[in-house]
Amino acid sequence: MAQQTAAKGDFISNLGRIYAIYTGGFIGFTILLAILEQFGVPNKVIGYAFVFLTIGVYALIGWVSRTAQLSEYYVAGRRVPAFYNGMATGADWMSAASFISMAGGLYLQGYDGIAYVLGWTGGYVLVASLFAPYLRKFGQFTVPDFLGVRYEGNLARVCGVIVLFSASFTYIVAQTFGIGIIASRFLGISFEIAVFVGLVGILVCSMLGGMRAVTWTQVAQYIILIIAYLTPIVWLSTKKYGIPIPELTYGQALQDIAALESKLGVVKGHIAAFADAKGQFSWDRFVNYFALILCLMVGTASLPHILMRYFTTPSVREARQSVGWSIFFIFLLYFTAPAYAAFAKLEVYSNVIGQPIAQLPAWVQNWSQVGGMLTINDANKDGILQLAELRIHQDIIVLSTPEIAGLPYVISGLVAAGGLAAALSTADGLLLAIANALSHDIYYKMIDKTASTAKRLIVARALLVIVAICGAAVASTRPSGIIQMVAWAFSLAAAGLFVPVVMGIWWKRTTTTAAIVGMMSGFVICLYYLVMTRYYPEAFEAMWGTKLWFGIQNISAATFGLPVGFLLTWILSYYTKAPSDEMQAFVDSIRRPKGEIAWTRGAQVHE
Amino acid sequence: MSEMSKDKMDSYWNETKRLMWIIMAFWVFFSFVVHMFAIPLNNIVFLGFPLGFYMAAQGSLIAFVVLCFWNSSAQNKIDEKYGVAED
Repeated sequence: MAQQTAAKGDFISNLGRIYAIYTGGFIGFTILLAILEQFGVPNKVIGYAFVFLTIGVYALIGWVSRTAQLSEYYVAGRRVPAFYNGMATGADWMSAASFISMAGGLYLQGYDGIAYVLGWTGGYVLVASLFAPYLRKFGQFTVPDFLGVRYEGNLARVCGVIVLFSASFTYIVAQTFGIGIIASRFLGISFEIAVFVGLVGILVCSMLGGMRAVTWTQVAQYIILIIAYLTPIVWLSTKKYGIPIPELTYGQALQDIAALESKLGVVKGHIAAFADAKGQFSWDRFVNYFALILCLMVGTASLPHILMRYFTTPSVREARQSVGWSIFFIFLLYFTAPAYAAFAKLEVYSNVIGQPIAQLPAWVQNWSQVGGMLTINDANKDGILQLAELRIHQDIIVLSTPEIAGLPYVISGLVAAGGLAAALSTADGLLLAIANALSHDIYYKMIDKTASTAKRLIVARALLVIVAICGAAVASTRPSGIIQMVAWAFSLAAAGLFVPVVMGIWWKRTTTTAAIVGMMSGFVICLYYLVMTRYYPEAFEAMWGTKLWFGIQNISAATFGLPVGFLLTWILSYYTKAPSDEMQAFVDSIRRPKGEIAWTRGAQVHE
Repeated sequence: MSEMSKDKMDSYWNETKRLMWIIMAFWVFFSFVVHMFAIPLNNIVFLGFPLGFYMAAQGSLIAFVVLCFWNSSAQNKIDEKYGVAED
């Protein structure tokens, strides 16, 4: 692919042309493989071609974008236009959980699963309105940077790094796990080895070029993941209803499902809201639905790997606009996910259930051979498949849709490439967020303030590799539950970072002591609830006389950390000395898009 | 912009805050309030969808996209009105 030759000259002004050629090249490559498939090229070769060619392209972009400049390494030189930053944020944001598991969750849970769709989009309204323009105006490198300056000192900075590390590391383990699953399935190697193959894929994108390389790779990854996600479902919608817009046609599918549900005697309907297993309204479901939405949204606005993307735009105005583009590009995938679930369910209800087990469609046979993903157990030995005799794992809904639709294998390869792009891009962003916090906030700001540029970049890269290896090592032990780990990361970030950042910008009276106490108590309560209810439920019950506080699941643990953090910060601020005039002037200066930042005397500023 | 008077800065910030609270009100409505009525709304059919389901799966998402772009353009207008937009 020759599109990178133009990357040297005036790269930014040629972005549209470069990525158009890239997109065309990728589509051409897919068509070429489709033709080769017709000529009898084996499936395994197609799988290898997709995995290695896409990783090769990412590596090439990573190599071309290598840099020895600090601001290029940390914030891509602050030259990323709003539109492309939106695309990069989309890829940064959508992970293996969104791409592979979310539609499956909707398939299994129906309406209640939509909490994930809502929670993972609505947070951008908070980012747009409360955070992005002000952090961009602040104009340093990391989120702990902001805490360190606004709350005058290294204690706030360290607290920020602790929260950032806990949330992002939890998240990165889940992503590496997802990469391992895809790589092992499509390359036919063992899971433990696949995790380390994925690790190499992550490192080639980010190590040499930092944020600059990750940005341009993420744009490329977004293009692949969105094509991969939309192609099979558009095909399926056209085939079934003659209209290539699945988001419009699945309303009909929902009605067909409802008709089949009553025929099959399903008591908890697909569209039934807040219903328990018997189909009755449940307060417990109701409360957990909204608690989860709240935690995911606030977590969105607090995750440092997302916030740091808005450090890279050329201006405050573009930072704002860029949030709009981000949510638009994310929306394209998220409003399609429920259609996946509906079409898959309709297919299963109408063409799988009630069929003689010996005559099931080919995709059912294929997936029942993949360990534990789809199981059929003819309990009453009548040779006919009943609904209760079929178990489908949520992670195969998206991956199996091409086969459900009867599409050629090349589309399965495409979907695998998309899932890989989603997982790699998120892992890259997270890795950079962690390594930057450690190298910039801990090493440079606290250990060696005189370190040269070259030395700082060496430390940054060394830490990147160390964190990546630790993440892969933890992932290779197969800790359970990807979605759960991801939701934990959101709760940790929400409980620890949202309050100090939002109050630091929007309320001048917030004092250092109050912010640090509020932030750490919110975070600790959230962590306590997570760890105790997950790993020591007996001890938790013995102490509190209940399994869960107010019945709230631990994936929504920030429900408790957030209000405690807010109240403590608010009340303690009134009991501590008001911030200095200097600090108030600083806050004023980040609120205005125009003009210089009024640095306080204590702030250690660079460049 | 050190030459900006305190009064002008205050009214700039008040307008910005007002916009923020309006956006937050819409955000609360589309994130939480509308979905609390999902069960009765599901009895209404919209574009072939049960409305409660539609709002959660598409309606609110469209609202979020519109809110983000609207926030961006409304804030730009405020910035220009007070002359604090970047050059």
